[in-house]
Amino acid sequence: MSKRRPYIRPMDGWWKKNPFFIEYVIHESTAFFVLAYALTLLVGLVRLGQGETAWSAWLASLKTPLAIVFHVCLLAGAVYHAFSWFKLMPVTLPPVRIGGRKLRADEIVTGGFVAAVAGAAFIYLLVWGLA
Amino acid sequence: MSDPGKIIEIEVLRYNPENDEAPHSTVYKVPFTDDMSVLQGVQYIKDNFDGSLTFRWSCRMAICGSCGMMINGVPKLSCETFLRDYYPNRISLEALAHFPIEKDLVVDWSGFMEKLESVHPYIIPKEKRSPEEGEYLQTPEQFGEYIRYAACINCTLCYSACPQFGLDPDFIGPGALAILHRYNMDSRDGGATRRMELVASEEGVFTCSAAAYCSEVCPKHVDPANAVNINKINASKDYFLRFLRPKGES
Repeated sequence: MSKRRPYIRPMDGWWKKNPFFIEYVIHESTAFFVLAYALTLLVGLVRLGQGETAWSAWLASLKTPLAIVFHVCLLAGAVYHAFSWFKLMPVTLPPVRIGGRKLRADEIVTGGFVAAVAGAAFIYLLVWGLA
Repeated sequence: MSDPGKIIEIEVLRYNPENDEAPHSTVYKVPFTDDMSVLQGVQYIKDNFDGSLTFRWSCRMAICGSCGMMINGVPKLSCETFLRDYYPNRISLEALAHFPIEKDLVVDWSGFMEKLESVHPYIIPKEKRSPEEGEYLQTPEQFGEYIRYAACINCTLCYSACPQFGLDPDFIGPGALAILHRYNMDSRDGGATRRMELVASEEGVFTCSAAAYCSEVCPKHVDPANAVNINKINASKDYFLRFLRPKGES
């Protein structure tokens, strides 16, 4: 008779056992900050549909100190979320070749950051120009 | 100069399926020199304290992939990890995470072996050629496409680094998928279509949540996370492009 009795270790609290996984769970969780901001914008859209009074009330509510703190937290969460995904880009992208040369990991990450900052600045200037 | 008088505490998670209900820790005080690896520390315990301590090893030079274990919670090859880097702290050893423990530091790898077999880890020639037609030629660029993934030594450290494999043991996992990618990327190979069903399956690449710790711990810098994520793109392309391809016999 076989004496084998393989022991399967439980996975409870797996993410607390390694600093790498703690960071992983934090950066995955920051997706909720992005979700919260999307919902905030969605509420704004609904309020816009309800007419001028509702829209103005929504705009005023964004200017309260609590709303500003909320938005600063959302911005920090969203920036960290973006940062963590840019850091992962060399792993998630297929090899990127420019002029026959394969880009190094740090070049891909830097390229991502530059594109994000340039894109954000472009949208900011565009909205500023319209406003 | 090494100091032969140094003693390091090594805590080993022991499990004997014949006597133990669950694994338990035992601490050994091991004299060591600066040139001693963790593997040598474990061998010292077996030779001097308890001959029943069970662990796998072979080459002692980080190429056979046998001696992986959790060293202070991190999957590493014990032959290329040195006791001096942990001294004077205690070092804890445990069988590779996420695999069933067979005995002490030995895990059950049968699941991994089945997965490895399932990815068709060999060249399926694009076109049949007779020996008279000569060898399959390959340019350095074509060689460069897959050589990184060919460095895998099947040590399974990446599986112990993968939370998704720990939560779902059916996941094909980083190592076998990196090997799958190695053959798909080989210019002599024509088996990508045959392997695609597995790539896109429930147990395939989409189980990966891109923690990417597998690539961190890989002792051969294979970058399995990259292989898995490239195949997410490949599987998506394969799925969506089928709607654009002309129907009917060509």
